[in-house]
Amino acid sequence: MTDTMISVRGLGKRYLIGHDTQRATTLREGLAQTAATLKRNLGRTLRGEQLLAGDSVEEFWALRDLEFDVKRGDIVGVVGANGAGKSTLLKVLSRITEPTEGQARITGRMASLLEVGTGFHPELTGRENIFLNGAILGMSRAEIRAKLDEIVDFSGVEKFLDTPVKRYSSGMSVRLAFSVAAHLEPEILVVDEVLAVGDAAFQRKSLGKMEQVSQEGRTVLIVSHNQGSLRNLCKTGILLQKGRLTMTGTIDEVLTCYAGDHDSNSSAITDSGRDGAAFTSLRIESPANQLRGAVCGAPCDIVLGYRTDPERVKSLSFRIGVLDAYGNRLTQLASEDFGKTYASTPTGEVRIHLDRLPLAAGRYTLNLNMRLDGNRLHHLANAAALDVEQGDYLGTGTLSGNTQVGPVIIDHSWS
Amino acid sequence: MTETPTPALRQIVLENGRTDSHYWRDIWSYRELFFVLAWRDIAVRYKQSALGAAWAVVRPVMAMIVFTFIFGRIANLPSVGDAPYPIMVYAGMLPWFLMSTILGDASQSLVGSANMISKIYYPRLITPAASSIVSLVDFLISFCVLLILMLIFWYPPSWHIVFLPVFVVYAVAVAFGPALYLASLNVRYRDFRFIVPFVVQLGLYVSPVGFSSDVVPDQWRLLYSLNPAVSVIDGFRWCILGGEAVIYWPGFVLGLGVTAVLMFLGLRAFRRTERSFADYI
Repeated sequence: MTDTMISVRGLGKRYLIGHDTQRATTLREGLAQTAATLKRNLGRTLRGEQLLAGDSVEEFWALRDLEFDVKRGDIVGVVGANGAGKSTLLKVLSRITEPTEGQARITGRMASLLEVGTGFHPELTGRENIFLNGAILGMSRAEIRAKLDEIVDFSGVEKFLDTPVKRYSSGMSVRLAFSVAAHLEPEILVVDEVLAVGDAAFQRKSLGKMEQVSQEGRTVLIVSHNQGSLRNLCKTGILLQKGRLTMTGTIDEVLTCYAGDHDSNSSAITDSGRDGAAFTSLRIESPANQLRGAVCGAPCDIVLGYRTDPERVKSLSFRIGVLDAYGNRLTQLASEDFGKTYASTPTGEVRIHLDRLPLAAGRYTLNLNMRLDGNRLHHLANAAALDVEQGDYLGTGTLSGNTQVGPVIIDHSWS
Repeated sequence: MTETPTPALRQIVLENGRTDSHYWRDIWSYRELFFVLAWRDIAVRYKQSALGAAWAVVRPVMAMIVFTFIFGRIANLPSVGDAPYPIMVYAGMLPWFLMSTILGDASQSLVGSANMISKIYYPRLITPAASSIVSLVDFLISFCVLLILMLIFWYPPSWHIVFLPVFVVYAVAVAFGPALYLASLNVRYRDFRFIVPFVVQLGLYVSPVGFSSDVVPDQWRLLYSLNPAVSVIDGFRWCILGGEAVIYWPGFVLGLGVTAVLMFLGLRAFRRTERSFADYI
C-alpha cells in the first residue's frame, strides 16, 4: 500500500506575459503604435507564436523545479499564497496544460475538480445536468445512474430536479454541482478550493463527505485557503512559494511554516499619518492557535502598533471599528470606555484582549482611530483585514455560525 | 463503496512535447462524454426559439427558392436530365448546408467551450466532433423535406439512394478536416471567427449548389474539382436524381484526394496544438 501514485520530477511551467511599455499621448503616436502592433501581431501569427498584448514580452515561471511524491492513500494539502502556483500545479497534474520542463508520473485513474459545475448548462434540467456534469468529470452513465438517488439526496434539490437550472438559485445549482463531484470515485482526486460552497449546513456536509473519501484510502491532492479544513482532512502538506516548493511535511508543520512567513492576520500598515501620529502595524495573537489566526470563540489579542510625536501629543486613547465584508459597522472597541489612556511615546503598542471572539468565520475590516483628549487625532479607515476561522463558540461541539447566518454570535442557552 | 482492484494501474507520464501513445484509446474511453456533449448541444440548440427545429427546414427551402429563381429562371441554366430544377438545387443544398454548418460550428466549438477546456482534461477532439453531430441532426430534418418535395413534384428517387449514407460520411469528412485546422487556429488567433463565415459565403457560389456542375466547361472541370465540395454535391445528385446525373470520375478522385490531404493536415495541426489549448484560449 505504499506505492507512489504521483511522482513529480523537476516540473516547471512557463508562461509569457506581454507588457505595454509606452503609452501614446497624441493621435500621431497612437497611430504609430497601432501600426507597430499590427505589424508585430502579423509577424507573430506568421511565425505561429502566441499573440500577446504589449510590446515587451516577459517570461514568467508559474512553477519551477518541483519534486515530490504522493503515496497511495495520502491526503495532501497544497498550501501557498495567491499566485504561488497552486492552481497551475493542479492544472498540470490533471493534464489540462502541459509542463514546460520536467515530468510527472501519474498511476491510476484520476479525476480533477478545479471548479464546481464545469459544463453545467442553464437550459437543461437538474437531472440532465447531473448526467452531463458526471460525464464531464469522467463518470460513466451506468455509474451516474447507480448513484443518482444518492446525489439528489445529498444536494437536497429533489423538488426541482426537472426544472431548468437557470431557474435555480445560485446556491442550489452550486449544491447540485458539488453533489455530483462528491460522488466521484477515482483512485486519485485533485481538488481546488471547492469546499466553500453553499450555506453552513451544506459546508459541514461537504467536509464530512471529504473526510469519508479520505478514509476510503483514496489519494487526494487538495488546495484550500481554509486552514481549519486542511488540518482536519490532510495528513501531509506541501508549501509553494512563488512557484517553488519550499517545504514538504506533515500538514501541521507546513501550515505553521506558511503562517510564519505569510500571516494574513499580521500586517504592516501603510499610513502616512497626521501630525506625526500614525498606525504602523496590526497583528492578531491567539494563544489557542499557534498560527496566531483569529478563531471564532477562542481568545485572541489584537496588537496595534503606532508612532506619535511626543512633543505634540501627551496622552492617547484608541478606538477600533469592526466592519463586515459589506462595510456595515458591527461594533466598536474603545479604550475610553475603560477610562484608559496611553502616554505618548515615539513608538508603542497597545494590546486589546478578547476572551472569546464573537465573530463568525469570514473576513472583516478594521477601522483604526487615535484620539487625543476625546478629540479625533487620526482616523484610518479600512486599515486592515481580520480573517476569522470557524470555531466552536458555544462550546457545544458544533462549529458556530457563518457570515451568511450572521456575523455575530451571542452567548446563550436553550431550555 | 469498494473500488474494484485493477490489476495493473495505467501510468501516464506528463512531459513537454510528449505525444500520448494512448491517444486514440483515450478518445474511445471518453466516448460517453462525446455522446453526452452531442446530446447536450442537440437538446439546447432550438430551446427558446419560436420556430425551433423548423429553422433546419426554412433555411435550405428559402435558399432553394432563391437559387431556382436566379439560376433556373433568370440565367436559364439546364437541370440534370429531366429532374425538376428545385429538386436538383435542393439535392445540392443538402450536403452544402451540412458541410457549411460543420465548418462553421466545429471551428467555433473550441472557443465556445473555453471554460471546459481550461478546467477539465479530455481529448479535445471530442468537442468539434460532438458539434458536427448536431449538424447531422439538422441534415436529417432537411432530408425529410427533400422527400416531401419529391412527393410534390412526383419525382421518385432512383435506387442509387441506398448509397447516400456513404456520401453523407464523405461530406462530413470534407468539412471536418478544415474545421479541425480552423478550430485549432481559432484558439490562438480569433481572426478566424471572421474568416470562416466569409469563406462559407463565398463557397456557396463557388460550389455547384445553385447549378449543375455539368455547366462548367470541360477544360476547367478538373481544376474546378479541386474544391472537394464539388465531388460531394455531384455524389448527392447521383444518389438522389439517379443515372441522369453522371459523376465526373477524374474530378471525383481528385476531390477524394484533396479531402484526405485536408483531413491529414487538420488532424496533425489539431494534435500538435491540442496540449496548449488551455494556455491560449
